[in-house]
Amino acid sequence: MSISEQTTVQPLTDDVQGMSYLNRLPRRIVVLYLPLAVFVFVLLFPFYWMAITAVKPNSQLTDYNNYSPFWVVGPTLDHIKYLLFETSYPGWLWNTVVVAVCATVLSLAASVFAAYAIERVRFSGSRPVGLLIFLAYLVPPSILFIPLAVIVFKFGMYDSKLALIFTYPTFLIPFCTWLLMGYFRSIPFELEESALVDGASRWQILIRVILPLAVPGLISAGIFAFTLSWNEFIYALTFIQSSENKTVPVGVLTELVRGDVFEWGSLMAGALFGSLPVVILYSFFVDYYVSSMTGAVKE
Amino acid sequence: MTMTAPAKQSSAFGAIARSNTAVGLFFMLPAAVFLLCFLTYPLGLGVWLGFTDATIGRDGFFIGLENYEALARDSVFWMAVSNTIFYTLIASILKFILGLWLALILNEHLPFKSFFRAIILLPWVVPTVLSALAFWWIYDAQFSIISWSLMKLGWISGPINFLGDPNNARASVIAANVWRGIPFVAISLLAGLQTIPQSLHEAASLDGATGWQRFRFITLPMLTPIIAVVMTFSVLFTFTDFQLIYVLTKGGPVNATHLMATLSFQRGIPGGQLGEGAAIAVAMIPFLLASILFSFFGLQRRKWQQGGQD
Repeated sequence: MSISEQTTVQPLTDDVQGMSYLNRLPRRIVVLYLPLAVFVFVLLFPFYWMAITAVKPNSQLTDYNNYSPFWVVGPTLDHIKYLLFETSYPGWLWNTVVVAVCATVLSLAASVFAAYAIERVRFSGSRPVGLLIFLAYLVPPSILFIPLAVIVFKFGMYDSKLALIFTYPTFLIPFCTWLLMGYFRSIPFELEESALVDGASRWQILIRVILPLAVPGLISAGIFAFTLSWNEFIYALTFIQSSENKTVPVGVLTELVRGDVFEWGSLMAGALFGSLPVVILYSFFVDYYVSSMTGAVKE
Repeated sequence: MTMTAPAKQSSAFGAIARSNTAVGLFFMLPAAVFLLCFLTYPLGLGVWLGFTDATIGRDGFFIGLENYEALARDSVFWMAVSNTIFYTLIASILKFILGLWLALILNEHLPFKSFFRAIILLPWVVPTVLSALAFWWIYDAQFSIISWSLMKLGWISGPINFLGDPNNARASVIAANVWRGIPFVAISLLAGLQTIPQSLHEAASLDGATGWQRFRFITLPMLTPIIAVVMTFSVLFTFTDFQLIYVLTKGGPVNATHLMATLSFQRGIPGGQLGEGAAIAVAMIPFLLASILFSFFGLQRRKWQQGGQD
């Protein structure tokens, strides 16, 4: 929705330069560049700190008198090696990928049908259903995890990846459906009508006409859903017991944090490597990402 | 924002669409089954569990309002409630002010604008638990980089006990929450700012409006609908926050930073008292409903500002 919207709206905001020619440079430095620099520094510093800690030898990690904490002399890969070869970290990464991909595909499939039905088939009662979908998105996981734990246990899915694959869609389906409804709405009715006149069934219209046109929407919803499942924590913490089934966020927190002596190096390396996949995905799809985030808000 | 209002469709298409209730319900089936099984049913089950004395491994019996009566006498619970409200209030206000400020900055004509927009969203993209771990290390009692820097500058004499002292701990978790929330608010508000036509600002400044007046009487009113939605989301997610507290303090020191969500988890899962945990979770629902209704009715009055019908 928002991608098409932004391209159509932008020309309306006449001159992009606007009135900025009225501002002189010194004023711009104080009013714009300085606060921006502070914002960027504060927002990015934790990542820098994470990265620098991950490659610092243990001797420099807590010795602030002899080494500047902001830099590293002779970076080491020991923490990363430890993480990859002496812990279950690669297994957690794999679990996270499996769970996130399965939950995303499942939610996307269900959402495409639901969004199409609500937005275009317009069965009686489709509007209240659309509203219910939006309300479902507002139900937070932190009030559902206890009853869901009971249900997961009853279904015999406790401590398995299936538990996560089936529970993540509770927040993914409402979100994806809501987003896709917006995309479907922007596809002209005429295309569907002419397909109907040519004798296409609903199913054929959805697969051959609507879906190819909604690819940007599908990408937005897909990568966003993937990120949400990758970042999910409370369900994974509650439903997973054994080390080999844990996801990255849960594994790093519950298995790498031991006793009183924290191995900050490997802990930060774990945090860094757990963040990289979503960051890389994000860097390829920034615009889709922004559009799905603002799209969900704008509707 | 609807591009084609239902009434405007050609009648032929409408007739076919109306006959398709069965098709529509069939298409709804997968999503409906999922949501009924794993969202609606647990929501109901949660309310029911709140009225039982269920523990892990035992179904429990109906005990009426006993859980809630016990909670009403429980000072830790009230501490968690006031913490949650305080946490949500302060963090949301800070996120709004700083996010709006950042959005206004990014809305100016800047070099590398899209690059800045991209990196600013990073805190929001990275898994909360993992960035919270970085904050845990930043807030370390002995080796905090903040303490070290301030000591180098000569502003403080000893390291700050960020997470060990109740008030410091509250401030620290709020700071981490604000850090993570600013990008969402800023980028969403930026999208709203970009839809405000420059010509309005130009017209106002020709009439002699100052920068503040242009912000107060053009930007803010035009932005109000999107502010309402963004802040509703922000408030909901802050109110039900779990991850940050769980990583940084686990509710400590001595339950001083428990939010309702973390208390519910602690009583319900490691503590095994499913009934009591569910009751705490259910106690969050009135607050959530209130904020949703507040924004819903706040929004409706302002729809015309976005060009929609009243």
